Amino acid sequence: MSLAEPAALPVATSAAPRLHVLKRFSAGFKASLPAYLLLLPSLIFLALFTYGAMGRVLIDALYQRTTPKAPVRFVGLDNISAVLADPAFTGAVINNLIYAVGTAIPSIGLALLFALALSRTNAVTSALRAALFLPVLIPMVAASALFLFIFLPNVGLLDYYIGRLLPVLPNWLGDPDIALSAIMVITIWKNAGYYMLFFLAGLQAVPEDVMEAAHLDGAGPFQRLRYIILPELKPTFLFVTVIATLNAVTQVDHVFVMTKGGPSNSTNLVLFYIYQQAVEHYDIGKASAATLLTLAALMSLTALSFRTLANREGGP
Amino acid sequence: MTLFDRLFRDAPLATRNEITPKLGFALTMLLALVWLIPFLWMGVATLRPASDGINLMAELMPSLKPTLDNIRDAWEIGDFPRYTLNTTIICTGILLVQFFTITLAGFAFARLNFAGKTLIFYLFLMQLMLVPVLLIVPNLTLVAQLGLYDTLTGVMMPFFASAFGTFLMRQAFEAIPTELEDAALIDGAGLFQRIRHIYVPLSMPSFSAFAIISVTSHWNDFLWPLMVINSPDKRPLTVGLSVFTATAEGTQAWGTIAAGTLMVIAPLLITFLIFQKRFISSFVTSGIK
Repeated sequence: MSLAEPAALPVATSAAPRLHVLKRFSAGFKASLPAYLLLLPSLIFLALFTYGAMGRVLIDALYQRTTPKAPVRFVGLDNISAVLADPAFTGAVINNLIYAVGTAIPSIGLALLFALALSRTNAVTSALRAALFLPVLIPMVAASALFLFIFLPNVGLLDYYIGRLLPVLPNWLGDPDIALSAIMVITIWKNAGYYMLFFLAGLQAVPEDVMEAAHLDGAGPFQRLRYIILPELKPTFLFVTVIATLNAVTQVDHVFVMTKGGPSNSTNLVLFYIYQQAVEHYDIGKASAATLLTLAALMSLTALSFRTLANREGGP
Repeated sequence: MTLFDRLFRDAPLATRNEITPKLGFALTMLLALVWLIPFLWMGVATLRPASDGINLMAELMPSLKPTLDNIRDAWEIGDFPRYTLNTTIICTGILLVQFFTITLAGFAFARLNFAGKTLIFYLFLMQLMLVPVLLIVPNLTLVAQLGLYDTLTGVMMPFFASAFGTFLMRQAFEAIPTELEDAALIDGAGLFQRIRHIYVPLSMPSFSAFAIISVTSHWNDFLWPLMVINSPDKRPLTVGLSVFTATAEGTQAWGTIAAGTLMVIAPLLITFLIFQKRFISSFVTSGIK
């Protein structure tokens, strides 16, 4: 902001106002040069892989390119309408919405339970925290390899211990009605321990004197949870919800390893659809159009939640 | 580190008696055991001899005749040493370049005034909201145009700049008293000398928190390397494991899959068990970006 610091600049004569502006500008630039040089390495990579990528998505979405050698053809909004008309895409969007809600609510609920139960620090709670946090650290691909066996029909872990109690043994990953729920279980298992950390940090902010006062006034444990602790955790809830939503759209490694979107597209998610269009069908135009729509949806969602966070004092 | 202290400080006395009803604690304890079952199965199945047959594969009681055959098989089929080396190169390469870029940019934001500071700051902030994972298609095109398709450099490059890291370092640098820098300035230290000898050494906790986050996320990354890498000998662990799993699944070699999975997750898991608290506090920091 050195343009706003004229004190450091040479005083220009009133006869040459344009020169004055130029001089001010160049002096401002000169004073800013060290900072620009320090920012340059980061800005080069951000420009290439973030802003440039955004621009390329916008442009690529307007062109048709189906084979590496085929000439590129301008098609306007055709790709967008093609994607919107593709039942595989709309199906993936619906799956992704179900998946987002179906993973966010249980994993956030469990995370809250874990945090409330493990807020005290001792050897036992530390061990339990570590056990619940372990899945966060492992690659989704490795988690998928383990759950492939857990869900294996007949001989798998689930059927071996529980499935036998059921009247009919379900084919967990092979049944279109169950497969999406099955991959949700992995996500809940993997993320609940992560969200627990934020609730643990959030609980530290609950004011002790208010809790004591409520206690003296005869508020029961449930009332204290409902009227003091949960309102205090509101920013944490909002924040974790944003992270859970982003995770639901950006984590598809398990789809790739376990189901490839099947059976009959029942586990296809948006990012996997984008991958399929780009890599399997080499339809860069359609893949870019789908990326564009997803980015627009996610960005408006995060912008909205950031505004809500900013309006509410003391967000995380 | 304040976050570290915050997380491991006990809950306030009045709070903790309220929020650990016995039922909730018992349920959490039960769920923690359930959470460990996949890991338990992995360990037991890795050591189970093939002679136990497929019907005993799900048994969580360890075999009385444990064997290392599965580990040997996985090691031979999967080329895990090569995958581990590739992943290590990727994580180290990304981290080293990131240290360079985030230190310089973090310093500029923390200590320098320049024209357009707010604008550039928002440009960085935007990267946090853009969800780079979604930009795989244009970035793959770019990597191919740069001639970096099927190279480890191509896998690394999109992550060389980190907005999150920049903000973390900016925060760390802002906490360092300017008096220290003024003293060095009087002694005639140049810009880079001040960064090198004052800011960097005093910000080690932030660097290590960032290193944990960066290495963990790139160690586990899958979709991007899957798209960039074509040659089998350049696969990172995650891509190698997915190919390995797909192959072994067909032959019902679940003991080998368990062994392969164990080899992929062991390095991070062991590091975590040693530096538990540091890991957990870093993860909290990363969320608060």
